[in-house]
Amino acid sequence: MLSRVAERVYWLARYVERAENTARMVMSFHLVSLDMPKTVQLSWKGLVAVTGTDPIFDEHYQREDERNCVKFLLADHYNPSSVFSSLKSARENIRTTRDLVPSEAWEIINELYLFTRDNLDSGIGKRGRYEFLAEVVQRCQTLTGLLAGCMSHDSAYDFVRLGRNLERADMTSRQIDVGAIRFLKKGADPDPYDGLLWTSILRSQSGFQMYRQHVKRRINGVDVVRFLLQDTPFPRTVAHGLHNVQDALEPLPRNEVPLRLVMQARRHALNADVDQLIADDRLHDFIDSLQLDIAEIHTAILETWFRIDKAA
Amino acid sequence: MPIDWKTYDAAPFYDELITPSGEPRPAARQLADYLTSLDDNELQIRKQAADHAILEMGISFTVYSEGENIDRAWPFDIVPRVIPRSEWQAVEAGLVQRLTALNLFIDDVYNEQRIFRDKIIPKSVLNQSKNFREQCRGIHPPHGVWAHICGSDLVRDGDGTLYVLEDNLRVPSGVSYMLENRQVTKRVFPEVFESASILPVDEYPTQLFDMLASISPRPQDYPVIAVLTPGIFNSAYFEHSFLAQRMGAQLVEGSDLVVDADDCVYMRTIAGLERVDVIYRRIDDDFMDPEAFNPDSMLGVPGLMRAWRNGKVGMANAPGSGVADDKVVYAYVPAMIRYYLDQEPILPNVPTYLCVNEKDRQYVLEHLEDLVVKPANESGGYGMLVGPHATKKQRAEFAQLIKKDPRNYVAQPTLALSVAPTLCDGGLEPRHLDLRPFVLQGVRTDVTAGGLTRVAMRKGSLVVNSSQGGGSKDTWIVDEEA
Repeated sequence: MLSRVAERVYWLARYVERAENTARMVMSFHLVSLDMPKTVQLSWKGLVAVTGTDPIFDEHYQREDERNCVKFLLADHYNPSSVFSSLKSARENIRTTRDLVPSEAWEIINELYLFTRDNLDSGIGKRGRYEFLAEVVQRCQTLTGLLAGCMSHDSAYDFVRLGRNLERADMTSRQIDVGAIRFLKKGADPDPYDGLLWTSILRSQSGFQMYRQHVKRRINGVDVVRFLLQDTPFPRTVAHGLHNVQDALEPLPRNEVPLRLVMQARRHALNADVDQLIADDRLHDFIDSLQLDIAEIHTAILETWFRIDKAA
Repeated sequence: MPIDWKTYDAAPFYDELITPSGEPRPAARQLADYLTSLDDNELQIRKQAADHAILEMGISFTVYSEGENIDRAWPFDIVPRVIPRSEWQAVEAGLVQRLTALNLFIDDVYNEQRIFRDKIIPKSVLNQSKNFREQCRGIHPPHGVWAHICGSDLVRDGDGTLYVLEDNLRVPSGVSYMLENRQVTKRVFPEVFESASILPVDEYPTQLFDMLASISPRPQDYPVIAVLTPGIFNSAYFEHSFLAQRMGAQLVEGSDLVVDADDCVYMRTIAGLERVDVIYRRIDDDFMDPEAFNPDSMLGVPGLMRAWRNGKVGMANAPGSGVADDKVVYAYVPAMIRYYLDQEPILPNVPTYLCVNEKDRQYVLEHLEDLVVKPANESGGYGMLVGPHATKKQRAEFAQLIKKDPRNYVAQPTLALSVAPTLCDGGLEPRHLDLRPFVLQGVRTDVTAGGLTRVAMRKGSLVVNSSQGGGSKDTWIVDEEA
């Protein structure tokens, strides 16, 4: 398969996953903000920060209020990771690879892009936000299901899985970071709203029920971090994502370097002592190092398959 | 109310299906009878079925405007155009004869240039040709063939004679629509396919693959074939992708290919660089190789010309083929046929006045209101003057243009283009059409059974281009004896 085409389906999957996860993050933050008493201030800017786009935000906004942050995360075209920008990029990538994916996939993305473009205002305002975000998440899931069920599971699909799972592992690690920042801020006093926040983080990944079934203890930060980082059966955890990345890498030619890196990253995630990391206030730093691992895997994929200059 | 052919009036034009007295022509009898069995409502239902099939099959063409390119559904008329097989056999022979002569001419131009020495064609034609490529001198492509794929435009005049209007030898397009039109018609009119003997057209992708395989530098069963496209923004992208899929070839863009130090062409795949044997390029000479031609081209592949010249890759059509796709050269095709093949041309040319010749120029300038004036090197109907429809001012402008650059202009009499019944808002009405058959030449030569019929959907219009309100029809070669 052509490198250019592989690269496009890889980015297609990454962008769709990014749009879905960004929508999920905004959704969970939105819901928890409705539960919090007036006296507790949620930092929407903190949410922007975990996506790594805060420098761009600062270029365009003075006020770090809810409206600006939500607009930036959902709608702004100068934020390359906003839901709108991600879907626009996904659409451009699928346009040029329409021969490879089922034709319904193009229709889903095209319609989702148009829906998003035409309904951004509802997403930014509080009233229509839930419906808007739920619609985006659901349609992204439809695409994922369509590709899983109707596209040949060949090399092209391997690159779809690579993109999707690498992006998902990355986004879930960022979700953990939302909580990690709270650990840092917290002094000796137990925070009465901790439970609410962690619940919302779990919910944002549709992981609340699964957590309940598997962990059985009351919601607490340490267990939620451990679950989102290390649980293998639940498909939105970092460990599961990296496992799938490894699985998608296996059948690809010349996969040695990326494969070695993903195995390292998996060990890194699975061997982490979460209690100790939190006790030492090192969770945020750990997440940072995990994101570096993921970035390294991405670079290796890029160099192995998308930048071909030498004969086989 | 069903159509009554007695009241259908195509006069003063030649109608492809119905005689002036209102009788269906013999080859069109089954179709005409079938159409009379349908009332307006039933015809509309079939039209809707066709529109639906086109949408569902994703047949589109791209219109680029305002920075956003839009895929539009392919405009299609459900009433096929019918040609009797007995007539088609002669057309087929004429097309083969023509392309054979044209390839001998191109090969001669880039090698001995006998035809100029023997004064059949003045050498000056070459010196002023925009599509002559000095870089191609001395090259001998496989089988002596340069133009492997040719789309010739045929038109029928008022007396029923088919003329060749032009030969497209650069990157002719439309064949995918010919194939898709047939698929749609089979869905809409399955009954007629049962009663009439209609020649199939589906062989084309296989023949194209075989032709391309025949020019591979590595004789083997499975050569690696790539279709080189300028990309998604090109108006013919649908066709590029369609043909690649049908042939099982790779659809590549310039950036996918690289020419290595061994002069071989490779494509960048996830398994590394893979050698490409034959390139079906859908990109003009100028943009093909920034090393050899336009250095600003972002679409091409540096070194492609070098790879081809050294015989490391097959290329269809060969660079430089466009030298014969020129309206001045066109005028000499009958002479070429006599010179190279020692045969009389089977298909006539439209009489053509070359403004570069003083006598012709004088005649053209005196008869501008009766003639169609065309620039020698443009395609797609750009920069034309249709004398009878032009204003006095436009004619005066063209007179100036001709005097300034006579080599660049030719003129032809306005033809009374034939018509065929076409489904319009008010039922079946005559509309003007042309025909583009496709000819493949490699070791052997194949002609499509029919081709792409393009129809001007607007009443009285002669413009058949899809970007300007033109549509298309399925074309049936009907065997009356079977």
